[in-house]
Amino acid sequence: MYGPVLWRFGRAMDPWPEIQRLQQEMNRIFSSASQPYGHEFPAINAWAGEEGMVVTAELPGADPEKLDISVVGDSLTISGNREAEALKAGESYHRQERSCGRFTRTIQLPFHVDAVKVAATYERGILNVVLPRSEAEKPKKISIKS
Amino acid sequence: MAEDKKDMVKQPAATPAGTERTRARRVFVPRVDIYETSEAIVLLADMPGVDETGVDITLEKNVLTLVGQTANGARPGYSLAYAEYDAGDYERAFTISDEVDRDRIEATVKSGVLRVVLYKAEAVKARKIAIKAA
Repeated sequence: MYGPVLWRFGRAMDPWPEIQRLQQEMNRIFSSASQPYGHEFPAINAWAGEEGMVVTAELPGADPEKLDISVVGDSLTISGNREAEALKAGESYHRQERSCGRFTRTIQLPFHVDAVKVAATYERGILNVVLPRSEAEKPKKISIKS
Repeated sequence: MAEDKKDMVKQPAATPAGTERTRARRVFVPRVDIYETSEAIVLLADMPGVDETGVDITLEKNVLTLVGQTANGARPGYSLAYAEYDAGDYERAFTISDEVDRDRIEATVKSGVLRVVLYKAEAVKARKIAIKAA
């Protein structure tokens, strides 16, 4: 995504997270200028932390009961259905821009997930899936013997 | 759902010429469905991240403006490693005709979808006209 030099510079010199965020965003946009975003549905953002990852997806109007989230090894699958408003006889659309239908998306994660501890929440139309890294794969501190 | 994938990317909203926004956030045009029933015109807008406290609907003259503000999506302890969408506010305006009753506009927000019901004025509601026998 970004050159190693720029990355190190950004880490060391910027005390302000806002500038850092802006820089990361710029790198992201310019590193794939022709196509900054994928066209899969739903679009996802992945946040990395020490304990694992958080994957978020914008799914406005979805029914959380009907969202299906499954984790196998290092892959996460989100599938569900977005239903169009059922119109009665005599009612008609003036405009229909919101997409509807079934969707499925599988994402490969950079580590194996502890499937038991995966937690998902859905609020304000945004799905949050917290994916903790499995204990076996967590980095271990190695002490040096003298 | 997959026919026009390119259209699913969020589109930035335009600002009136020569003006700037006061909030340093990106602003997108929400996707809407508008349908008409015998009593009302119903508008559904996709605004993920918006709850009832963040919506602002104004009707000035015949322009209905929908504004949705989202909270800053930053997560403490986490950094954005991969992104396919940007979080931001939403804004879109529609001109409405005189057939809408200005005093009866209802709005609700549920799971990131704003629903605005614009009731029709009594005068323009379709009426069945009975024909009298001559």
